[in-house]
Amino acid sequence: MSAQHKVIIIGSGPAGLTAAIYTARASLSPLVIEGEPSSTSDQPGGQLMLTTEIENFPGFPEGIMGPELMMNFRTQAARFGAEFITEKVTKVDFSSRPFKVWIRDQEHTAESIIVATGAQSLMLNLPRESDLIGHGVSTCATCDGFFFRNHEIAVVGGGDSAIEEAIFLTKFATKVHLIVRRDALRASRIMQERALSNEKIQIHWNSQVTELHGEASLTSVTLKNNADGTSAPLAVTGLFIAIGHKPNTSIFTGVLDMEESGYLLTREGSTYTNVDGVFAAGDVQDHVYRQAITAAGSGCAAAIDCERWLEGQH
Amino acid sequence: MAEGIVNLTSATFDEVVNSSSKPILVDFWAEWCGPCKQIAPILEQIASENPEKIAIAKLNVDDYGDIAGRFNVMSIPTMLLFADGELKHKIVGAMPKGRMLEELSPFLPAGQ
Repeated sequence: MSAQHKVIIIGSGPAGLTAAIYTARASLSPLVIEGEPSSTSDQPGGQLMLTTEIENFPGFPEGIMGPELMMNFRTQAARFGAEFITEKVTKVDFSSRPFKVWIRDQEHTAESIIVATGAQSLMLNLPRESDLIGHGVSTCATCDGFFFRNHEIAVVGGGDSAIEEAIFLTKFATKVHLIVRRDALRASRIMQERALSNEKIQIHWNSQVTELHGEASLTSVTLKNNADGTSAPLAVTGLFIAIGHKPNTSIFTGVLDMEESGYLLTREGSTYTNVDGVFAAGDVQDHVYRQAITAAGSGCAAAIDCERWLEGQH
Repeated sequence: MAEGIVNLTSATFDEVVNSSSKPILVDFWAEWCGPCKQIAPILEQIASENPEKIAIAKLNVDDYGDIAGRFNVMSIPTMLLFADGELKHKIVGAMPKGRMLEELSPFLPAGQ
């Protein structure tokens, strides 16, 4: 068991690393348990690690690459003394103080905790889906789009990220089928207009993917029309899934109050959770804004809430 | 780049892979791939900790897409393990070092 920390930050996206910068500058010597490498967005640096250019993060008039932005966040936190462990928390006990956090059998204790574990992409949960990841099925257009040059592919989803992916993929693919569950897009108006005016994008309304076909790699999918119940094959070699996110909160089940969907509940206008001394920031408690800048903002708020709470304890 | 990790090209790929005296893991990567950046230091560690057992090489898919196409690489990072010039195992996606070693160990010489 290592020495007790003043604060442990779980997660290392914009929220976790901003909390790290602020708590480190406040001389709280945060321990950041940043997660482990993966090809999902549940990885050190978070969802921006799977993006390319970020055009709307203030302070970068020319834009900046997502992974580079997150490396900068991390370097800035390290500069002020934040300590990092590149592993995933496997269990927590917030029922007594100090709070306990485990990485497998390795125990860490802290006076306070900031939870910033973010969210990750939802999958379709179809048979063969996991076998075909990396063989036509993808959750990361920026990682994999390159390999579909001159292919005909599909994107599932009707929100901003689905449309962003579809438009990005038109740089490579001959045609992009956008599979939309309802008869309307959830995406913002500007993204809708971009999708509708892009000649390479064909929208399939009221449709969902019900089957994936292909042995070594994807060759086609079955599309079901929800309006008339009919099904038809669609020959595509790539399927990009962008149907939304789920919060990374399974380790907090029964420990922290959460919505039915798994998003952590925080006290209105603050980052306090139901456990005194445990704070939550970023997408793990926000399914409304879900932006790097709002996550960073709430990470800053969590650091300040945490610092003041710690002062009040002594 | 860590000592001992070779950058392959279309011209050198076959020769390096076929002539390797120990199993060789080829990391297909690109500059724009976030997960590739996370796997790189892990592969460097594995290379430096197991110099007798495994060789590690990298192939930039932007520059040498023909090789990526030849092995049906459709996602990066993808890591292909070759032994005696033959493809033995394909690993897709970034993962922690422990899981990577589990993936590799059945194909590596036993003992120290």
